[in-house]
Amino acid sequence: MENAENLIALLVAAPLLGAVVLLCGGRRLDKAGHWIGTLLAAASFVIGLVLFADMLGRGAEERTLRSTLYSWIPVEGFQADIAFQLDQLSMTFVLLITGVGSLIHLYSVGYMEHDERRRRFFGYLNLFLAAMLLLVLADNYLLLYVGWEGVGLASYLLIGFWQHKPSAATAAKKAFLVNRVGDMGLSIAIMLMFTTFGTFAFGPVLEATGDTSEGMLTAIGLMLLLAACGKSAQVPLQSWLGDAMEGPTPVSALIHAATMVTAGVYLITRSGAIFNAAPDAQLAVVVVGAVTLLFGAIVGCAKDDIKKALAGSTMSQIGYMILAAGLGPIGYAFAIMHLVTHGFFKAGLFLGAGSVMHGMNDEVDMRKYGALRKYMPITFATFGLGYLAIIGFPGLSGFFSKDKIIEAAFAKGGTEGWILGAVTLLGAAITAYYMTRVMILTFFGEKRWQPAPDPATAPGVEPGVEAKPGEMPHPHESPKSMTIPMILLAFGSVFAGGFFGIGDRFVNWLAPVTEFEHGHPPIGAAAITSATVAVMVIGVSIAYLQYGRRPVPVTAPRGSLLTRAARRDLLQDDFNHIVLVRGGEHLTRSLVYVDHSLVDGVVNGTAASVGGLSGRLRKLQNGYARSYAVSMFGGTAVLIAATLLMRAV
Amino acid sequence: MNPVNYLYLAALLFTIGAAGVLIRRNAIVVFMCVELMLNACNLAFVAFSRMHGNLDGQIIAFFTMVVAAAEVVVGLAIIVSLFRARHSASVDDASLMKL
Repeated sequence: MENAENLIALLVAAPLLGAVVLLCGGRRLDKAGHWIGTLLAAASFVIGLVLFADMLGRGAEERTLRSTLYSWIPVEGFQADIAFQLDQLSMTFVLLITGVGSLIHLYSVGYMEHDERRRRFFGYLNLFLAAMLLLVLADNYLLLYVGWEGVGLASYLLIGFWQHKPSAATAAKKAFLVNRVGDMGLSIAIMLMFTTFGTFAFGPVLEATGDTSEGMLTAIGLMLLLAACGKSAQVPLQSWLGDAMEGPTPVSALIHAATMVTAGVYLITRSGAIFNAAPDAQLAVVVVGAVTLLFGAIVGCAKDDIKKALAGSTMSQIGYMILAAGLGPIGYAFAIMHLVTHGFFKAGLFLGAGSVMHGMNDEVDMRKYGALRKYMPITFATFGLGYLAIIGFPGLSGFFSKDKIIEAAFAKGGTEGWILGAVTLLGAAITAYYMTRVMILTFFGEKRWQPAPDPATAPGVEPGVEAKPGEMPHPHESPKSMTIPMILLAFGSVFAGGFFGIGDRFVNWLAPVTEFEHGHPPIGAAAITSATVAVMVIGVSIAYLQYGRRPVPVTAPRGSLLTRAARRDLLQDDFNHIVLVRGGEHLTRSLVYVDHSLVDGVVNGTAASVGGLSGRLRKLQNGYARSYAVSMFGGTAVLIAATLLMRAV
Repeated sequence: MNPVNYLYLAALLFTIGAAGVLIRRNAIVVFMCVELMLNACNLAFVAFSRMHGNLDGQIIAFFTMVVAAAEVVVGLAIIVSLFRARHSASVDDASLMKL
């Protein structure tokens, strides 16, 4: 196709237009607003498909499209352009974002039906799509930063969408603040790039890594990692993701599971050349990934809130991706592949969770579910397929992508390889455990339904709930606009992995952009695959023995020390509170003390001594002409004496 | 006669005038003492003029007289209005200009 690059700007423009129209259009758009938003998201997806078809029509090396819209800040020596770059990596993201995004728009039409601020919700969703597309399409780090901040803003607005709930408002603020820490890393990285390379466009920066000192590259890499930790909820900046579940469920599905939180993985993969040349930074990436992988999985095991359990799982799965991205050329392609399959099944799982909540008076506690498979067959089937995909059941998406990451971890080589391999295997076992737990608690076992809470005593109830206090839930299947996206995502969860994985199709597609080397694990690939399946079976069995065979209490038992810690997100908030909040308080208090004693002391002391001195000098001004005359004579006498003295000398 | 003697006389007159300004309270007397000091200066100028053999000092003496005459006009006017306002010619009674 001629001039395909002109379409790239349209990709971003369509949802941006939707955001502007919906947010500025006012109440007269209330009736049609959600369909405008959905159509523009779908339009963006169609443009993405057209560009994808066009890209497939060209040879592997000529697939990158570039388009410069205009020069944003043209200053001598500092060129910031609004310019896009569409290569295979961006294309993958564009299709994931717009595809899953459109489905979730469709789902939200039904989910947010009773919310009077639905138009605004769709405006925010479109704003998010535009920002996320800008992030992945930018051809320089500065424009990427614009998108990066844009998704942060959209995420803040959507987490706090029900801002009348104090918990939602607080969660939004928390997410924004924690993200700011990461954003600072990205801005420092961009500044370092500018001082080192004199530019921040992807092409020149990534080509120039060969001539740069390793120390500088390590610094840039670590700053980029900090940025990725913030956006992707990795240790130590992970604490916001669990609370972000205060947002409406479609938001959790789109932003906090499928797309935005993967921005960190994109950043690291995109900056692969920098990390390849800085092994220390790469090691830090791997460590962060491995720690988060286990951290999220352990948290996911203990949560009774279905969305928070899934949030822990998201954290853990992104840990897998970050780990794979940290492995270098043997892992980049698999990180992105897992990202895409995860986008499908995690979005599907979240939408399923939303559907369950929709049917259960917005109850989120899994201990109050049970036996829902008969009442919500479509939700059960789609959720079940997503479940099989995430635990890596052979043949489904997660199996192909996760297995590749585990192989790549072993292929890292040496002791590191064995440790990483063991961690990823352990993570797979825990994943199987907590997902089985979610599945059994929600869909199997006995009914443990509770009457709807009284809003007066339980202020956390979501709006739009029509249940009267004390009424038992009547679980029912959700409307078509909600089930269709779930079914489509379930298709992705089942087939995407096989489609990508068999014959290395995905790897070959990405190879021109991300570099690829075949990793050689010290033990055979078949052995690793069998081990993966074995630990999965072990995880599932333990969960079955614990929750499937015995009745589940409605109120959570006290649990072991680890369980209680995991329920409190492994004490991450307590840690932040003690180290950062208290530490910050002590710091400010000591600064206030220094300000009062030292700074104010100097200022006030000066003022007081000047005041005291002038009080004494004032007494000389007594109004008596004769004493003035004395001082004049005295002064004259001193002057004469001084003159004579100078002459004598 | 040795011109230096005139300088001694001038110094003596100046000292008397200065002591009068510092010690006396009556504004008229203080005023006269100021005049005495000015005239002591004039005497010194004229004496120096004679000693150096040029006219500079004498010219300045004339200037001083002119300034002294103007000062008398203003000063006496102040003293008279001060006396009218306060019924007193003591300089210590006019001590309002202070902080």
